[in-house]
Amino acid sequence: MVSFDAASGLPLHPLAREAWLAALDDGWADPARLYGSARRARQLLDGALASMAAQLGCRVDELHLAPNGTQALYGAVRGIRAARARAGSHVVHSAIEHSAALHACGEGPATSVPVDLLGRVSLDAFEAAVQPDTVLACLIAASHEVGTVQPRVDVPVPVLVDAAQAIGRTPLPSWDLLAGSARKWGGPSLGLLAVRTGVRWVSPWPEEGGFPGSLDLPAVLAAAVALEAVSLERVAEDARLRPLVGRIRAAAGAIEDVEVVGDPDERLPHLVTFSVLYVDGESLVTALDAEGFEVSSGSSCTSSVLEPSHVLVAMGVSTHGSVRVSLSRWVTEDDVDRFCQVLPQVVARLRG
Amino acid sequence: MILDCLGQKCPLPIIELARAFPSVAVGDTVTVLADDPAAEPDLKAWCRLRGQSYEGRSGDAFLIRRLT
Repeated sequence: MVSFDAASGLPLHPLAREAWLAALDDGWADPARLYGSARRARQLLDGALASMAAQLGCRVDELHLAPNGTQALYGAVRGIRAARARAGSHVVHSAIEHSAALHACGEGPATSVPVDLLGRVSLDAFEAAVQPDTVLACLIAASHEVGTVQPRVDVPVPVLVDAAQAIGRTPLPSWDLLAGSARKWGGPSLGLLAVRTGVRWVSPWPEEGGFPGSLDLPAVLAAAVALEAVSLERVAEDARLRPLVGRIRAAAGAIEDVEVVGDPDERLPHLVTFSVLYVDGESLVTALDAEGFEVSSGSSCTSSVLEPSHVLVAMGVSTHGSVRVSLSRWVTEDDVDRFCQVLPQVVARLRG
Repeated sequence: MILDCLGQKCPLPIIELARAFPSVAVGDTVTVLADDPAAEPDLKAWCRLRGQSYEGRSGDAFLIRRLT
């Protein structure tokens, strides 16, 4: 069985797994306490935070840890609105943000900026949507559903960049707030929110300066180790995976009535989505699973709410028969070639 | 021509439309009745991919014109 669904989650990076296991013995104490094991835990935490901050290009005191990426995004938007209430509460966002960001944006006045057929936001429309009472602009670094990397925006308000798929995969755009998820870079479940010094953000929770809940130190240590590891591997993995995704794009695009979606060039190195006309997504996922390939789908029949992916709808591409393939360090060239061989047969069989 | 696809999940309305399309004269329209939330984006995308014209919707009725 080959996981072609790195964008949903990955096995722990081998080095992160080692760090996590070691921390179960050595880093379990509460770093906020004052006895010996707690001081040891504090040292480990400080080292992990310094490492992650260095990889993300921020200061340690700009980094907040969250239980997961969803809460990091949600807390980013709510915390800006809470801190900047006197300036206003209007938010500008692209139509293809993560649902956690969309939910938070929708709690107050917000303008959704459309994207084109490739999933790129219009810079003119994005910049024009900023009003005198706008307190935040949200633009995902790269779409987790179609891989399109967004152009750089220039707006006079703080910019929240959802970098969940970009961290460890592609250089980051400039940001005022940066949200990420360790699970997407080979770490355990852990979110992070970095807020530049000078940007007014307060925790929207009754917790001093951060997110609720006690810290999972082994998870933090493993996340930091994983981030260092994938950052070191990034350039080589980009060079390896980008052409493999290119092969899948070519193989899928060669099938009749299949549209490969997302920007062919300005894209993540490891992710591609295509729509197979006249076939439902659930059947594709099940048939590919039977052939040994685990993929995800943005089709409504595969979603818990039975609604099609808001990203595919915003782009204007077909939502049924949607397949997303996202590769990881664990996928080989042979796996990809076998997928390219099997895919046309599976589609032909389902179209019957 | 009217295709009643009410109650059908995508891609069934799209399959019905593709099946019926050869019998539509160039310049004529088909009305697809569909209530699946994916019907609107998928009918629009089908028209774009096939070079046909999506003319709009009125409730659950989608109007499509054959151009080629």
